[in-house]
Amino acid sequence: MNEKPEKLIDKKGLRLDGRKADELRPLKLQVGVLPNADGSAYIEHGKNKILAAAFGPREMHPKHLAQADRMVLRCRYHMAPFSVQERKSPAPSRREVELSKVIKESLEPALFHELYPRTGVDVFVEVLQADGGTRCASITAAALAIADAGVPMRDLVVACAAGKVDDTIVLDLYDAEDKLGVADVPVAYMPSLNAVTLLQMDGILTPAEFEKAVNMAMDGCRKIYELQKEALKTKYMVVKEVEE
Amino acid sequence: MSSSITRVRLKQIEELIAKGQRLDERGLRDYREIKIEQGLIERAEGSARVLLGKTEILVGVKVETGEPFPDTPNEGVQTVNAELVPIASPNFEPGPPDENSIELARVVDRGIRESKAIDTLKLCIEPGKKVFVVFVDVYVLNHDGNLIDASALAAMAALLNTKMPNYEIKDGELKIKQGYTPLPMKSHPITVTVGKINNSLIVDPGLEEEQVMDSRLSMAVNDDGNICAIQKGGSGYFTPQQILEASKIAQEKAAELRKKLEW
Repeated sequence: MNEKPEKLIDKKGLRLDGRKADELRPLKLQVGVLPNADGSAYIEHGKNKILAAAFGPREMHPKHLAQADRMVLRCRYHMAPFSVQERKSPAPSRREVELSKVIKESLEPALFHELYPRTGVDVFVEVLQADGGTRCASITAAALAIADAGVPMRDLVVACAAGKVDDTIVLDLYDAEDKLGVADVPVAYMPSLNAVTLLQMDGILTPAEFEKAVNMAMDGCRKIYELQKEALKTKYMVVKEVEE
Repeated sequence: MSSSITRVRLKQIEELIAKGQRLDERGLRDYREIKIEQGLIERAEGSARVLLGKTEILVGVKVETGEPFPDTPNEGVQTVNAELVPIASPNFEPGPPDENSIELARVVDRGIRESKAIDTLKLCIEPGKKVFVVFVDVYVLNHDGNLIDASALAAMAALLNTKMPNYEIKDGELKIKQGYTPLPMKSHPITVTVGKINNSLIVDPGLEEEQVMDSRLSMAVNDDGNICAIQKGGSGYFTPQQILEASKIAQEKAAELRKKLEW
């Protein structure tokens, strides 16, 4: 995408990729994809392709990071060098350090830290291909990986962005809309608890537009939440068939 | 970790907040006293020191020439860096920036960038080749809570204090002339952080309140009351109602804080 198209939304109200304003990209979720991880998940969210692995609760390394009264969650969000148009250096960028922190903080409210004192849970997220909204897709996959590892959770955490493109509030921005649009509001949410665990924004929105965007993102989250639960159940259904 | 001490403190802070009070006798929606001093580093093109209670931030702005980004060949470049200097807190260690200082720098950067506070189109010298690069360096001198708001305010105060060298282009060469002009600014974003303790929202959390609070929501608000950047931090959550309440608080408080800036 070199030239900015005149309009990102056509006369019929459709977006460049043919979606309606409140339509999600196609999603595919899979649980238990990595044999060596305690829990894992793979997500395809539009053209985003992301793997998440969870390890633990296990002994903390280095040991001095362990907490006597609680488990420690650590997260690393990392983009593969080939995941974007121009090769990205594999060394962690400032963006990746920040995203690792906010992803960790979006998952923490779901965990019962006090159940596993002196241990750690490590979550590694590898973005194999990026197409806008990777932090949200990463959170959706990471929550599934933690659940797959058998770590008790208050609820699954699911994330989706909304934003403003031209003059319209839209759901689930992809790369071109993210770069050329007016604003982007990623939201992570625990639907059963009505709790927002990640909220960021860049761009400019009036307070009314902001409210609309947050509500639209939460609606998107609720739809993805159903797919998340489906993906978890599917894994165990497959195992059952093999046993029989 | 001093978890037993913070638990006693948590109870005390929670009991006070339930009564609408705080440790330092502020109201729940009050900032600590704010002092702004501009232009105290002569070597820097712009500088400012902000005292927010006992939290102290020094920001220096350096303006140099460099290359524009390929996707914005006609625009100057803005970069923000933050140093959690070890003199500011026993918990700050020397070494490369950790996630906290990177987050601080990126949140301050986002507020300025997304509100288009710096008129970067006026910082172009030669399209695609040479532009002015504005380095905003946030130096935390004393940590007593709410580094985000204090740093964002100090960064704005320093940018408003920044003078650019006059220049002319002769035979494709940049020549610095005598005299200075102010850095071209278009807007004045103010970042307001709302902390959540036990389901109560407080403004401008102090250090001890930060240690016990569930989570925070920082919002940058522009001159016209529009929101231009948000960051949630901490390991708790917000309900949708709390988010809308926080956004109202941010708009009100930003207008109040903006009066402290002079331009």
